[in-house]
Amino acid sequence: MYDAPTPGSKLDQTDIKITAKNVQVYYGDTQAIKDVDVDIEDKTVTAFIGPSGCGKSTFLRCLNRMNDTIDVCRVEGDIFIDGEDIYDRNIDPVQLRAKVGMVFQKPNPFPKSIYDNVAYGPRIHGMVRNKAELDEVVETALRGAALWDEVKDRLDTPGTGLSGGQQQRLCIARAVATKPEVLLMDEPCSALDPIATAQVEDLIESLKEQFSVVIVTHSMQQAARISQKTAFFHLGNLVEYDDTNTIFTNPTDSRTESYITGRIG
Amino acid sequence: MASQHIVSSFDQDLEGVQMRLMRMGSLVEDAITTVLHALDSRDLEQSAQVIRNDRAIDQMDMDIKEETARILAVRAPAARDLRLVLSVMAMSTHLERCGDYAKNIAKRHSAMLETGPIENSVRALRRMGGMVVSMLSDGLEATIKKDASLAEQARLRDLEVDEAYNALFRSLLTYMMENPRNITTCMHLHFIAKNIERMGDHATSVAEQAIYQINGALPDEDRPKGDTTSFMPPEMPDA
Repeated sequence: MYDAPTPGSKLDQTDIKITAKNVQVYYGDTQAIKDVDVDIEDKTVTAFIGPSGCGKSTFLRCLNRMNDTIDVCRVEGDIFIDGEDIYDRNIDPVQLRAKVGMVFQKPNPFPKSIYDNVAYGPRIHGMVRNKAELDEVVETALRGAALWDEVKDRLDTPGTGLSGGQQQRLCIARAVATKPEVLLMDEPCSALDPIATAQVEDLIESLKEQFSVVIVTHSMQQAARISQKTAFFHLGNLVEYDDTNTIFTNPTDSRTESYITGRIG
Repeated sequence: MASQHIVSSFDQDLEGVQMRLMRMGSLVEDAITTVLHALDSRDLEQSAQVIRNDRAIDQMDMDIKEETARILAVRAPAARDLRLVLSVMAMSTHLERCGDYAKNIAKRHSAMLETGPIENSVRALRRMGGMVVSMLSDGLEATIKKDASLAEQARLRDLEVDEAYNALFRSLLTYMMENPRNITTCMHLHFIAKNIERMGDHATSVAEQAIYQINGALPDEDRPKGDTTSFMPPEMPDA
């Protein structure tokens, strides 16, 4: 048995990166997210799990205002990143998305070279002054995505020519290149084979050293393997949010238990 | 809460391994009862049967370990399913050890035949064995009924086993001091008592595993322990 951390010690002071309060999301008249309150920690992998249509992707997309791009979608409540209200009218969603990167279900590299895929973000955000700096940013991002060794000799070939797993790591490199503070991943491994999945999982493990990773996954085993915190969504509600170990060995809510043990879909 | 898995063969796997554990439990309970009855009735053939049957208990333990490993690998169980599989593995080990102790008692039987019975000690052993059997059966039944309080009561009854062991220990010590010719028999009786006391500890662990399986956490508060013989200085009998 471990000793409980003494109150006030460093151990129990986790940095909260994202705070959501009373978040409601509507698609037209349909409410997709109901009263979600959650604190997401920095330098932690947080997994969102739940059956299809439970709202986990919708909620993830609130965190970098991707839902702004959907006309009928309306977000209420407050979401703070580092204490800053990201739905404040002074916030530029484009700047926000540089800070809160995103990786999608299907690898979606730009129809450009590997180099340009990664260089795109730093270029448009004006993060580099010259080619040498850009080269360095691209290399760092590709190394960070565990792809450098595989592509360093063919940076000018199209990103779309890579294998599925490599393409997904390229997308991660592209997201990492703008030096985000939060990385959102919406089922990043669902189109990948087990080997590529393992590589991406290994990558996620190392990414959490630098920032907070929030991942939506349908694979309960993946959530159990890579996350430290797990949130279970069901019918638009955040049913349970706790340490991953607790969720997978002794969850509090019977709906969580039924879902993770394969009793409800 | 839905009790059935979407994949119904998963339910069959879990039920199957639980049923095996129950069957193993009844074999072990039977072994304990039989060997102590054999001791009381001086029936060496019954003891020999217990020795032979232990092989079946060992085999069931191996089968359960193999099946639980397969379930872990194939089903990747979580939450209460995971706890069920883990606790079945652990309980199987404890039951297997109880079977070994019963076998050891049976082996001592032939060595004791030549010596006479010592007062009521065999009856005391049978009472202790009965306590252990009831602890085991309640601990196992608790997992089927999902009744943590039944397991908790079983767990606390180990104190009674310990107390019975202490009392027997004292009286055996007295018999040995009274007459050195009693020593051989008393030593065997004492080993048998100690075996039953150890079985009580395994039965306690079975009950604790049942509580873990049902509640998701092992009982945290210390339970009262009654085996004080390790601190007991020998007392000379009154002259």
